[in-house]
Amino acid sequence: MSGSPFAGLGKVDTSARARWLAPLSIVIGSLTVLVPFKASFPILPPLGLMMLLAWRLHRPDLLKPWAAVLLGLVDDLVSGQPMGSSMVFWTVSFIAIDVLDTRIVWRDFLQDWLLAAGAIGFCLIGGRLVAAPLGAHVDTVLLIQILIAIALFPVLSRLVARLDGKRRTR
Amino acid sequence: MAPPRNRRPGFSRRAQYGLFISYVLAGGGVLVGAVLLLLSTLHPPAFAAVRGTFSELVTPVASGLDGVRRGVSGIPSGIGSFFGVRSENAALRAEVEANRKLVEEARIAAYDNRRLRATLRLRDRISAPVVTARLVYSTGSSTRRFATLNAGSWQGVSAGQPVRSADGLIGRVVEVSPNTARVLLILDPESIVPVRRVRDGLPAIAAGRGDGLIEIRSAGAAQVLFEPGDAFVTSGTGGIFPPNIAVAQVRNRARDTAEGTPFASPDTLDYAVVQQSYFPEAGAVRAPEAAPR
Repeated sequence: MSGSPFAGLGKVDTSARARWLAPLSIVIGSLTVLVPFKASFPILPPLGLMMLLAWRLHRPDLLKPWAAVLLGLVDDLVSGQPMGSSMVFWTVSFIAIDVLDTRIVWRDFLQDWLLAAGAIGFCLIGGRLVAAPLGAHVDTVLLIQILIAIALFPVLSRLVARLDGKRRTR
Repeated sequence: MAPPRNRRPGFSRRAQYGLFISYVLAGGGVLVGAVLLLLSTLHPPAFAAVRGTFSELVTPVASGLDGVRRGVSGIPSGIGSFFGVRSENAALRAEVEANRKLVEEARIAAYDNRRLRATLRLRDRISAPVVTARLVYSTGSSTRRFATLNAGSWQGVSAGQPVRSADGLIGRVVEVSPNTARVLLILDPESIVPVRRVRDGLPAIAAGRGDGLIEIRSAGAAQVLFEPGDAFVTSGTGGIFPPNIAVAQVRNRARDTAEGTPFASPDTLDYAVVQQSYFPEAGAVRAPEAAPR
């Protein structure tokens, strides 16, 4: 570090703790439904999904594609959605992001945010279709929930960058 | 920004196979998830045991958080009541005085009622309370409305039992594990409660809408006018909910289908009371229908 400005060059600039911290923080995100507020409409953003997307877009090499299956299973156990819905929707959006990664090569945070917004919208709307009957009056609140989740995504992205730690030490 | 490090394995055959297999696993996971989803749609209580086990693990955490919230949110009201206690005392004394006459009349009416019922030899079924517990968390990010109660089968709770508070009906138990139970709130889009209007006994159905309101549909009669303020209580039809628990109040004038606000809010209640099903045999038959998927 000290002395030469090129000291850190050539070293791997990724942290080792992300290996266990990423799944842990995603599961903690899923468990935020345990906050002691008994909501009468869906208002809490899907923090587990948002953590997953933030980790995926921040460190593409970190999580294997099948990790989304297991993390989705944990989310299904507490979220109240039918069993298997997060497993399907999370993994499908994970693979879709992998595919899009090979198409959009040079990009900045705006594109990442757009990808995350698409995935959040896909998972929440898909979850609503399988969970609640079509006649339920949940669409307006669902839209608000999606907008809140998209607006909060940069915050989680910063949080993930902070958790990951070792990037860009100056 | 530079392109992200992609999953390009290079020329290593082993790395290429590894990458391929990880995608095969992910695809298989999607298939398994789809099968689970199909199973839980066809047979809702299929995964109750798995969910119950997980709920046993996480509910103590939620109970702790709930206790902290109650402690913290009690502080402002504690300070307020300390200073407001004198004026409140005077107001309450005046109210007691005003209510005395009303209570006397009600006592006379209740006595008359009891005497007349005894004359008619009506037999009343009472549904005794099973346990008093707290709702500790709910499915805040889902479109379904379930809450978790921190009492379960070891405390005598079983699926199908109604859950109420002092203010009104909260929901009914759909899944139990030893120390926790999952409650389907009356706000859930798949919850249906048979009710009647307090004013004239008009039968109706109170169905959850999913956005915190309740839809009240008239059962049977057409062209029914609902007025704002019409109160609805459970009718006892169907055998799960005991009669005369307050459910909802109509918000605005409508015909046949009206929006109602529930009397009991699951967030503000102190304790939830689990009661016996009104007709336990009916509860056993009907409870699994609306269990969570």
